[in-house]
Amino acid sequence: MPAIETINLAKTYAVGFWRRKPRTALLPLNLQIEEGEIFGFLGPNGAGKTTTLKLLTGIVFPSSGTARILGKEVDDPGVKAQIGFLPEQPYFYDYLTAKELLEYYGQLSGVPAKDLSSRVNEMLSRVGLSDAARTQLRKFSKGMLQRVGLAQAILHDPKVVFLDEPMSGLDPIGRREVRELIQQLKQEGKTVFFSTHILSDAEALCDRVAVIHKGELRGVGAVAELTAQVHGKVEITFNASAAPAALRQLGADMHINGNIVSAVLPEENQEAALEVLKRERLRLTSLTPVRSSLEEYYVQNLQPAEKSMGVGA
Amino acid sequence: MNSRIANVAFNTFREAVRDRVLYNLIAFALLLSAAAILVGQISIDIERLVVVNLGLTAVTLFGVVIAIFIGIGLVSKEIEKRTLYTVLSRPVRRWEFVVGKFLGLTGTLLVNTFFMAIGVFLALLYVSRHFERGDFSITAALYFIILQFLIVCSLALLFSSFSSPLLSAVFTFALFVIGSLAEDLRGFAAAAKGITAMLAGTVAYLVPNFSAMNVVNQVAHGEPVSGQLILCNTVYALLYSAMAISGAVLIFQRRNLK
Amino acid sequence: MNSRRVNVVATAVLLLSLAGTVMTLRTLDGMRRGATLREVLYFRSPKMLRRMSLGYSGLVADLYWTRAVQYFGSHHIAQASDFHLLSPLLEMTTDLDPKMTVAYQFGSNFLAPAPPNGAGEPEKAVALVEHGIQHNPDNWKLYYALGFIYYMDLKDYKKAAETFERGAAVPKAHPFLRLLAAQMAQHAGEYGMSRMLWTATYETTTQEQIRRNAIDHLRALRVDEDVTQLERIVGSYRERTGQLPSSINDLVRAGLIGGMPVDPTGQPYKLTPDGRIELRNPDAILYITKGLPPGHRSPQPKPEPTPPSGK
Repeated sequence: MPAIETINLAKTYAVGFWRRKPRTALLPLNLQIEEGEIFGFLGPNGAGKTTTLKLLTGIVFPSSGTARILGKEVDDPGVKAQIGFLPEQPYFYDYLTAKELLEYYGQLSGVPAKDLSSRVNEMLSRVGLSDAARTQLRKFSKGMLQRVGLAQAILHDPKVVFLDEPMSGLDPIGRREVRELIQQLKQEGKTVFFSTHILSDAEALCDRVAVIHKGELRGVGAVAELTAQVHGKVEITFNASAAPAALRQLGADMHINGNIVSAVLPEENQEAALEVLKRERLRLTSLTPVRSSLEEYYVQNLQPAEKSMGVGA
Repeated sequence: MNSRIANVAFNTFREAVRDRVLYNLIAFALLLSAAAILVGQISIDIERLVVVNLGLTAVTLFGVVIAIFIGIGLVSKEIEKRTLYTVLSRPVRRWEFVVGKFLGLTGTLLVNTFFMAIGVFLALLYVSRHFERGDFSITAALYFIILQFLIVCSLALLFSSFSSPLLSAVFTFALFVIGSLAEDLRGFAAAAKGITAMLAGTVAYLVPNFSAMNVVNQVAHGEPVSGQLILCNTVYALLYSAMAISGAVLIFQRRNLK
Repeated sequence: MNSRRVNVVATAVLLLSLAGTVMTLRTLDGMRRGATLREVLYFRSPKMLRRMSLGYSGLVADLYWTRAVQYFGSHHIAQASDFHLLSPLLEMTTDLDPKMTVAYQFGSNFLAPAPPNGAGEPEKAVALVEHGIQHNPDNWKLYYALGFIYYMDLKDYKKAAETFERGAAVPKAHPFLRLLAAQMAQHAGEYGMSRMLWTATYETTTQEQIRRNAIDHLRALRVDEDVTQLERIVGSYRERTGQLPSSINDLVRAGLIGGMPVDPTGQPYKLTPDGRIELRNPDAILYITKGLPPGHRSPQPKPEPTPPSGK
């Protein structure tokens, strides 16, 4: 049984005063995420990531299709006890302290009263907020609020955790801590579903990713599989004082440092490039495949969509 | 289930208190003390009348304003500020949330009214140095005011479950004003003819009947309030609130949060 | 408890409580009949009410005016004998809004006459309209209203004439005020005078009840005149022929009248064996003083329905 499953899950909003203009936020989405996976949901702003998360957490109702978590439908009350959610730019009850907020949420999530206090303290120290436990949330910085958000998402030990842009508002150290936290969660056997538009994070953490754009799923799979689909590049370095024009015609980006030239060009032109070097009698110093990044997959994937979408989407 | 409702209710109360809502009591106390002292100085022979009239009217108005302001914040503000996301993704049922909010709000108003009531009685004692037998009916008037709050809170909740904070406040206040004239409205509907009569009649029966709960004048003159009236008003307030709350629940059940 | 069950329960609660509130309202209304009207008695001092209106005295005046009209209307229909709240209601209205002409006119028409047609308080009516004149010395309609009370209810023709004279002096006053003042000395108490007054009343206001009342009185006047006229004709017939006519047709055949006379409801007049003219249905027309069978008693005013015990 997959941890998270969507079957033709779609959402259309009726916008405008007379509700004439429907806006499709999500086209029918089919996904399956297994237990224990860290799953990344990528896409530009407005692609439908947050809508998907809201559909999965029961905050918004689907126009069609269903979503199941651990085999049960999303609106089944039993499900809610098993999920945790960190919304984007979270906002909490200002006047409560961090401790009070977590205790309140713990109560709502059914954490037994006798365990509540210790669990809350544990969470606070896990996200590094033990010192601020008795400070009102009004006084928290953005980064601190993000940590509280994480704490409340995992407080009740849910099996599935949903995070919407968990790194936003954090400095590099904070981001590292969140990355470590997510990995810890995986080690604890939890399933993590998070959305982001920062690709390096996804690359570093995720077992699998999905790319979504304008409400439509563009691709899903393990990072390695996806990047392998991108046409590779190679880097050739050689001694020369100037770059041969012929190489440029092969689509090479060139960089000259002293008398070492480095040229990055598409893999399929590798042989042709070597021919150029032989002709010019230039000495090859190295030939290295360049590992293509998720970014290229991403960009490559999105561009045809731009062209084919046309006007009026 | 019950503990979740209680948790939401308690949190609502806590939020209201920390939002310095209870500071309104200070303004109220100042107003009433000033009036009492002024009236006591002038000794115009109707000190009791003024204190009771002014006191009870102020309790009503202050309370209604608070009920509206907090009540609107209950759902509208939470949706706008997205505090609801993390709550609704938990095992709290939506209806439990609505009912809990309602109880928390009315609890806040109850506490508020309690302190104000003490203020009124103290002011009364100050101007007339003793209590008269008729003063006991002031508690009946206060009870009726609390019943009015019950209805106003339920309406505030109903409107804020689908409307923006500003509109909710406006609608609730409008209903309060119209409801205070409900008996006149029904009289007017009875005397009208044709379509006007039907429309006026429907509105007159749907509008909350605050006018029957306004016994301030009566009580200021020391007249007792009939037990029958107390019973009827209680039943009415409970039924009306139940109506508004169930409406709020139904709307909130299908509400997509932005 | 899943979502559908919640919806069902909530809808059931909604409908049941809706029904419940309507039923409770009906009970409440029964208990508190006239309660808002009696509120008026709590304001011993109109000044206090004005202060409490917080500057919206115009609105509150309108509210009290509405209550006054409804109060009188409902009592009038029930032909009650007690209109004791009318005076305070009108006083309250005019105190909050001294320029409300129609309220003074209402008082002039309905405060002064005896029940069941009015509250039977002509002195209060005079005081009310004098108050209006004090605040609106250039409003000729108020002088008319005051003169009307003196004429109709107090039968003080001298004062009536004086008041009409005062009113006629006001700029832009209607010319009939001068006319009334002039005619008063000679023709006070005559049908023509009454008819002029009631017509003037009808034309100086648009208030529905006042107008209807004026029309009723005008009809009654017509009946009284008709009856007087017909009885005089009967007398002429008797002088001519030495006997009483056996039916009105005799009068027609004698050429004394043109056709069958009918009363304002369309019913032909009846000739009694002793030569009097009577209406077929004396209760159908209000305020008549002639054409009634001997010993006929106009419908009695119904006593005010007693409120349920406890206020």
